[in-house]
Amino acid sequence: MALTLISTPLDITVSDTAVATVSITSGIDDTYDSYEFHCVGIHPSGASLPNFVFQVGTAAESGYDRNMTTAYFAAANQVSGTWTGLYYSANEDQQNSAQVFQMLAHGAGDENDDSSAVILKLYEPSSTTYVKHFVSVAQMNHHNSSNYQLNSYASGYINTTAAITRIQFKFDAGNIDAGTIKMFGVS
Amino acid sequence: MPTTANMEKVNGIVISGAPAVPDAHTLIATATSDGSDASLSFTLGLDSLYDVYEFHFVNIHAETDNVNLTFQVNATDGADFNDSHITSTFFSAGQTEAGAYGALGYEADFDQAQGTAYQVIGLYFGDQNDESGSGVMTLYAPSSTTYIKNWTSVIQVVTRDEYTRICYSAGYINDTTAIDEISFKMSSGEIQGGEIKMYGVAKS
Repeated sequence: MALTLISTPLDITVSDTAVATVSITSGIDDTYDSYEFHCVGIHPSGASLPNFVFQVGTAAESGYDRNMTTAYFAAANQVSGTWTGLYYSANEDQQNSAQVFQMLAHGAGDENDDSSAVILKLYEPSSTTYVKHFVSVAQMNHHNSSNYQLNSYASGYINTTAAITRIQFKFDAGNIDAGTIKMFGVS
Repeated sequence: MPTTANMEKVNGIVISGAPAVPDAHTLIATATSDGSDASLSFTLGLDSLYDVYEFHFVNIHAETDNVNLTFQVNATDGADFNDSHITSTFFSAGQTEAGAYGALGYEADFDQAQGTAYQVIGLYFGDQNDESGSGVMTLYAPSSTTYIKNWTSVIQVVTRDEYTRICYSAGYINDTTAIDEISFKMSSGEIQGGEIKMYGVAKS
């Protein structure tokens, strides 16, 4: 099997207790060349239009604070069709920034039927030779004031040659009150 | 009725467990750089067994600074990677460690209009020890003898001068002859590290 489900670190519904963060602290090693994180039905609570973000850590530290250089662009449309576009967002990229969580999905809606879906692919996190590439695609919608959907693409590299062993997902405000995150290894 | 119990009686064997489920995503072959490869090619395994083939690039490292990762194919009636016509589009987004770029744009220098050159799929690879490129290229129905061959690619690169550059290219190979070989190389110099894995996506 080329794509192996390693773990499901998040699997909650709105009737469960919301979580502030989802941290994956095991299973990221040299077993696989690349890892995929499938985030499905991610729903926020406690904040207005938060951003879904991630950061990573190495075995030599306890935090999630690696330097990243990233690019971010998105396509968007409103239900009303009054604003559509494809754009680069300099507010969401990073320039070798430390301790900054990288945005994957921007402005998640918190109405009952709003949710976000993200696939993040991380290449060879166990390498001690190369920096670590990641590529993501996200789709979110919100039915709040501007009522739009956003298809966003974040990618870049984590500027370390130390092995990455941990990853954390969260909203930059409020909690995750529903959703599933699955970690797969690509053999 | 051929139940499991009946079959066990007939054949005198024990059948247990669920029937085997074919892998949806099968690793066919891996091309690992030996540190000095002019190209990395797959000349076997690209056939009608799968509808869709994926090529996963993991930390492709270039010998030469500021070179591009490229591919071309060879059809069953061809002799080399030099006569398949490609029409393609290419766009990318990037940023530097110093915040000096931050842009998304179409790259007219790297598309093709019925060209036979190797198609660029990753831009401006750096050659420092920790620099590389990773990503996925997908080739659809290469064995078709009815349709042209579509492909898409997403490659993330640490480029010269410490840029991140995400490269989106796509297009079609304008040939209704089956394609059975594919070659990857840098636009100049060798591939000096990394690996390319070829996967097949199951038909059913």
